[in-house]
Amino acid sequence: MKAHKFMRIVQDLNQKGCCHPQTLGSGGIVINKQEGFRIYEYVLFAGATFLAFVLCVSVGSVSFPLKDTMTIIWNSVWGIPVPETIETPSIILSVRLPRVICVALTGASLSLCGGAMQGLLRNPLADGSTLGVSSGAALGAVIAIAFGITMPSLPFAGTMIMAIVFAFISLIVILTLAYKMDFSLSTNTIILIGVIYSMFVSSVLSLIITFAPDRVKHITFWTMGSLSGSSFDNALVLLAALAIFGGVIVLHARELNAFAIGEENARNIGVNVKRVKIFIMISVSGLIGVCVSIGGTIGFIGLVTPHIVRMITGPNHKRLLPASLLGGATFLMLADLIARILFNPLELPIGVVTSFIGAILFVYIFYTSRRKAHA
Amino acid sequence: MLEVRNLKVQYGNLTIVDNVSFSVGEGQWLMIVGPNGAGKSTIINAVSQGAPYTGEVRFNNKKIEKYKPHERARIIGVLAQSNYVNYSFTVQEVIRLGRYAYAPGIFSRQTKEDERYISEAIEMTGLKSLLNQSVLTLSGGELQRVFLAQLFAQNPRLLLLDEPTNHLDLLYQKQVFALIQEWLKTPGRAVVSVVHDLSLARAYGKQALLLDRGKIKASGEINEVLNARNLDSVYSMDVYEWMRSKLEQWI
Repeated sequence: MKAHKFMRIVQDLNQKGCCHPQTLGSGGIVINKQEGFRIYEYVLFAGATFLAFVLCVSVGSVSFPLKDTMTIIWNSVWGIPVPETIETPSIILSVRLPRVICVALTGASLSLCGGAMQGLLRNPLADGSTLGVSSGAALGAVIAIAFGITMPSLPFAGTMIMAIVFAFISLIVILTLAYKMDFSLSTNTIILIGVIYSMFVSSVLSLIITFAPDRVKHITFWTMGSLSGSSFDNALVLLAALAIFGGVIVLHARELNAFAIGEENARNIGVNVKRVKIFIMISVSGLIGVCVSIGGTIGFIGLVTPHIVRMITGPNHKRLLPASLLGGATFLMLADLIARILFNPLELPIGVVTSFIGAILFVYIFYTSRRKAHA
Repeated sequence: MLEVRNLKVQYGNLTIVDNVSFSVGEGQWLMIVGPNGAGKSTIINAVSQGAPYTGEVRFNNKKIEKYKPHERARIIGVLAQSNYVNYSFTVQEVIRLGRYAYAPGIFSRQTKEDERYISEAIEMTGLKSLLNQSVLTLSGGELQRVFLAQLFAQNPRLLLLDEPTNHLDLLYQKQVFALIQEWLKTPGRAVVSVVHDLSLARAYGKQALLLDRGKIKASGEINEVLNARNLDSVYSMDVYEWMRSKLEQWI
């Protein structure tokens, strides 16, 4: 009797579900256990990234045919002498290759951070640059350079550590302020505090740069970012940071899914919310700190990439994070290419290109999310 | 199962819940009732460790804060008052997260048992045909059922429900309460729910806790607790008369 009653409730519910206009024709149960990417999807994304990579290494003030670029890279990897028919291979090997690798790693790192922040804070507009974390990291780096804070035997470790520490402090300050003002951490509050914090940091930054002009590189480096003149050493540091901090972020994809649905829900299903928050925040600060200390603040890449990628992969971080990683690398390499060749021989700071595209998209996202909220 | 002693929740100088004690045993369905601002949801929040409190909350004689987050989720499941989702997760992605507590490690994978609970939860809540749909396209009632399915997949021993039928129309209200009643028939389970609708509380609850401005007005068997004298003093109106007049319209 009990079982009969129970089955009737279930039948009622299923029937009502079936008759919902949005589900008509959906064709019964399709349980999809696969949440992450399938191999062929990884191959597709990685293939696009590799194509962008070869293109960016080949094209520039002096362009090389794709075949020659491949030959130069292949031969130097295996220690085979480059054929004499190819002129000035050193442009590729010592200038363009390290730069493009650094650009790719920076794009991947910043996009991964953006994806993680947007999940953690449940906010599609959260990102290192909109929150002011990148500005904070830049301030740390500039303070280290201006006051000569170094670490013995490690030439740029002082700058980097200061950038990481300041990124972390900035994140804590911004989120604490935001929580105090508005517990729900709404978009408006986050953006407002991010803008105010960035302005405050910029003024301090300008002050320090004004009084220490000899030691600190040109101001646009810190405000607009540039990866020209990057070395293989820089690439190694970026790779290590991405492997460690990026690894932590990617391994927390499930927890980020839970946070993206809601922090309260995450706690109720058993996520250790405090620990996950701290891990993600340290990893994000670490990655942004390293990227800023090498390439300055490159705005909006972390906002734009996850947003575009989400349209293709959906919001599940098991797909979103790896796709943001590869998508971010591709996007920043192409942005860097535009920065290099658009007004050749004049080179634009890379942040000009990313901010130009990012600002337009930012307005679009903000507009559509507001309209959705009003609806 | 659940033992709450001298629970007190304060925000600054404001005392929301004042010295509340109660216990819930296996097979019991405790209804927390009272007017707006009586502290009903705050009790649910405090017990589920979502609000700071003083006093003691124990599950099976062990302090609740001694349980690790995933251990706690295996024994206590919470259905929040409203669930607003920002991103277009699919229905099954949300339900699947209900099994998180059974595979909390970063390298752990879901097992066949997880799949069984997930399918059962989908079956129970009648969400078969919506599985691959984005939660952003669902109505409030459907979304609430998705989170109820997540809760069933989580398979806790104690359900804490904060206004479980807040967004649901009459048919779903009836079905959700009937589902929870069925769920409760398995031994070793219990339910605590905050309910505004006194008729619903009376129809399904066995025990009740009547709150008035953060303090317990009455507790015990539901018919005893919800007597005319208690209700009139807490709601400052003739509740029985009001209920009767509402019913008479239909006769």
